[in-house]
Amino acid sequence: MEYTLWILILPLLGFLSLGLLGTRLKGKSAGYIGTALLGLTALLSYFTAWQYFSMDRVDGIRQALTPVNWTWMRFTDFLHIDLGILLDPISVMMLVVISTVSLMVHIYSLGYMDGEKGFQRYYAFLGLFTFSMCGLVVATNIFQMYIFWELVGVSSYLLIGFYYTKPEAVSASKKAFIVTRFADMFFLMGILLLSYFTKTFDFGLLCDPANQSIFASAAGKTFLGGAVLSWATALIFIGAAGKSAMFPLHIWLPDAMEGPTPVSALIHAATMVVAGVYLVARLFPVYFFFTPEVLHGIAYVAAFTALYAAIVACVQTDIKRVLAFSTISQIGFMLVALGVSSMGTVDNGLESHEGLGYMASMFHLFTHAMFKALLFLGAGAIIHTVHSNEMSRMGGLRKQMPITHITFLVACLAIAGIPPFSGFFSKDEILTATFMFKPWLGVVMTFIAALTAFYMFRLYYNIFWGKPAQHEHPLHEAPKNMTGPLVFLALVTVVAGFIPFGKFVSSTGAAYIIHLDMKVAITSVVIALISILIAWKFYCKGTSTVPAKMAGFFGPLYTAAKHRFYIDEVYQFITHKIIFRCVSQPLAWFDRHIIDGILNGIGWITCRGSLAFRWMQTGQLQSYALLIILGALILLCISLFC
Amino acid sequence: MEHIIPMEYYLVVSSIMFFAGIYGFITRKNLIAVLISVELVLTSTDINFAVFNRFLFPQHLEGMFFTLFSIGVSAAETAVAIAIIINIYRNIKSTEVRNLKNLKD
Amino acid sequence: MQDAILLKFVFYFLAAVIAVFSVMAVTTRRILRAATYLLFVLFATAGLYFFLNYSFLGAVQLMVYAGGVIILYIFSILLTSTDKESKSPMFSLRRWLALLASIGGICLVSFLLLTNVWPTVYEPSTAEVPMKLIGKTLMGTEKGQFLLPFEVMSVLLLACMVGGILIARKRG
Repeated sequence: MEYTLWILILPLLGFLSLGLLGTRLKGKSAGYIGTALLGLTALLSYFTAWQYFSMDRVDGIRQALTPVNWTWMRFTDFLHIDLGILLDPISVMMLVVISTVSLMVHIYSLGYMDGEKGFQRYYAFLGLFTFSMCGLVVATNIFQMYIFWELVGVSSYLLIGFYYTKPEAVSASKKAFIVTRFADMFFLMGILLLSYFTKTFDFGLLCDPANQSIFASAAGKTFLGGAVLSWATALIFIGAAGKSAMFPLHIWLPDAMEGPTPVSALIHAATMVVAGVYLVARLFPVYFFFTPEVLHGIAYVAAFTALYAAIVACVQTDIKRVLAFSTISQIGFMLVALGVSSMGTVDNGLESHEGLGYMASMFHLFTHAMFKALLFLGAGAIIHTVHSNEMSRMGGLRKQMPITHITFLVACLAIAGIPPFSGFFSKDEILTATFMFKPWLGVVMTFIAALTAFYMFRLYYNIFWGKPAQHEHPLHEAPKNMTGPLVFLALVTVVAGFIPFGKFVSSTGAAYIIHLDMKVAITSVVIALISILIAWKFYCKGTSTVPAKMAGFFGPLYTAAKHRFYIDEVYQFITHKIIFRCVSQPLAWFDRHIIDGILNGIGWITCRGSLAFRWMQTGQLQSYALLIILGALILLCISLFC
Repeated sequence: MEHIIPMEYYLVVSSIMFFAGIYGFITRKNLIAVLISVELVLTSTDINFAVFNRFLFPQHLEGMFFTLFSIGVSAAETAVAIAIIINIYRNIKSTEVRNLKNLKD
Repeated sequence: MQDAILLKFVFYFLAAVIAVFSVMAVTTRRILRAATYLLFVLFATAGLYFFLNYSFLGAVQLMVYAGGVIILYIFSILLTSTDKESKSPMFSLRRWLALLASIGGICLVSFLLLTNVWPTVYEPSTAEVPMKLIGKTLMGTEKGQFLLPFEVMSVLLLACMVGGILIARKRG
């Protein structure tokens, strides 16, 4: 299956060709080239998935394949950095997700970005992003993953700052880059710590349950009261948390919405932000067998993030911000599912219930990618027409934009967890897994699910129902190349729930038969319906005074949530007041006065010295002759008499 | 056959001539005077060649021929140098060393 | 014995001429005089060659230097009409240093020459070099013979002739 290499090469080719020759291309041709290349990539991904999943299982377990693997840097016989392609259920699933969403975004952007300055640049960056994201998921070792991890960070930075004339976009891109880079530093430390003890970067070796001896050298070693292995996996998780916008490293994601909306759909909803989830899933055996306490910590952090983001999402008025916080919340769901999961046991070719969380997490990743991309693309279509992100500028759009309306509704129902849409199935599995782990956490997650339904329908009603706002120009439905992807993604969202996902992806690789836990399912659906009803009551007519009263009733909580609980201000305080003033300024002073002073002093001495010796360099042959003669005589004297 | 004058005496004479040439080369201001000093230096080395040949290697002729060629070379050098000096004089109306700030016209 | 004293006298005379006139050649401010003193020095040098029984060398010295080079000097001095050197401070730092270097050098070298032990030569010879031998040595191609340098010299002289004409000619 060496052809999988082309999944990486084609987008890279697109990036290079559009990036280097882009300005020569007229009109939309850059977009067509990029889209065509990505279409090929998507086809290749589907073909890979078909071929991979139709392969025979060994003892009922899907085997990982490495069709390509080059040794890139060899440090020792054990420790070497490879570049290669690893195909296993989750990477193949991710390839399908990435190429599908990316293709949809490519097509959609033909309409959305039409006539924008830097159209070719946009498509070039999209190609770069798709290349790096595919490289990330097929990485055979943790170091290759880190390389591509940084590459997606860079392409995210480039795309957030796409409108580089807008100061908000520039600062948002910087913020995203710095925050994720800060987290990546811990990721790198974790990688080094882990590989120092295990002597390998390779996922295959790290995650092989039969090959546990490599962790032996770390046994019993502790640092600051924690086992070193726990430190390593916790540090790796900090990297994952940065990319996946877990509290308190989530601050970059809402600001990242300054980028073009299709970019938000691709990078900041569907693919890049789930890289953290993917990383934890990839290292799941390590987490589970060696550092279960870190895994549980991940679950609690993720649950808190999900709750926090859901509350904040309830009061935001910028529709993209609502979706951003919703994304954070949903990623929290995925990580909770991973955190509460256990390694399944294989019995008779089927996997036991313990591995449910892992499967649920991946399932939710898949369905969420589809419906969240759909939500963002729908929001993009609305913004494209209304020219504003504010809810107050919208309302009553269902008549003007019927296709957007229907697809948006489908996505809202999916994320709210209403059967038979895909979100219902995946979220239900997550709740079931959480209840299996700790019932109280299950209750919390159910509450968050209810909040999700509430804020999504608050968004929906505010946009499509309610009081219509005044507009200078007539509103219209988006063009075909924008509604096409919407319809496609809506169809996927409708049917994706019925995919027997457990047969493809599970913690051990054996088939897992999904069956609904009726208690959990019915409770969550009823609660979601109640939330939707409340939202309908509050926002459908646009005249209800209850929301204002509620805001008054919750007073401080409402204000705090509206300001995102002042997390950004805390960061501002820490960075500006503490780090800048107490660390950076003394260092800057030291640099300017001591380091520079030494260098300037050297320069000054040289300058003075050369001035002192300048009289020798008269350029007159006779002076030189005099000096030569004197020197020769002195040397003669020294050699004779000393 | 014994020499009447020891070799060292010749060499002292030639070294006086040599250092006189050095002194002139350093202190003279006129180009032609500098050239005259160089001529002194060269001639003093010629004397040394001939003297060493005569006193230390009487059966050979290398020193003498070296002197011969040296005389030829210095004559050639003088000719070219004087051509250059005349050219300079034509350009700057002076043959003083300190007036020679740049070689271009 | 009479001969020896006479020869000694001749040598001291030549040495005195060389020493005095070379010093004068570099100290006089009139360049024409400097050239004249140089001529005397060169004559004395030729005399030294004769004294060493290198008559051929002495003849060449006379012809090339006294006959050719000095004439060239005088012509160029007259052409550039800069007989007098411009005045300069009598005792500048450079002059002092040059004086120091020269006198120090003379002392040092003389000290070395007079204290050095020279290799003993078992068959000293003051015999005149036969003309035939000179001719053969100059034109021979064997070991210790100088045809190639002779030819190189001729090429050098030709080149410097051409170069001299090229440099000194008036530019149209």
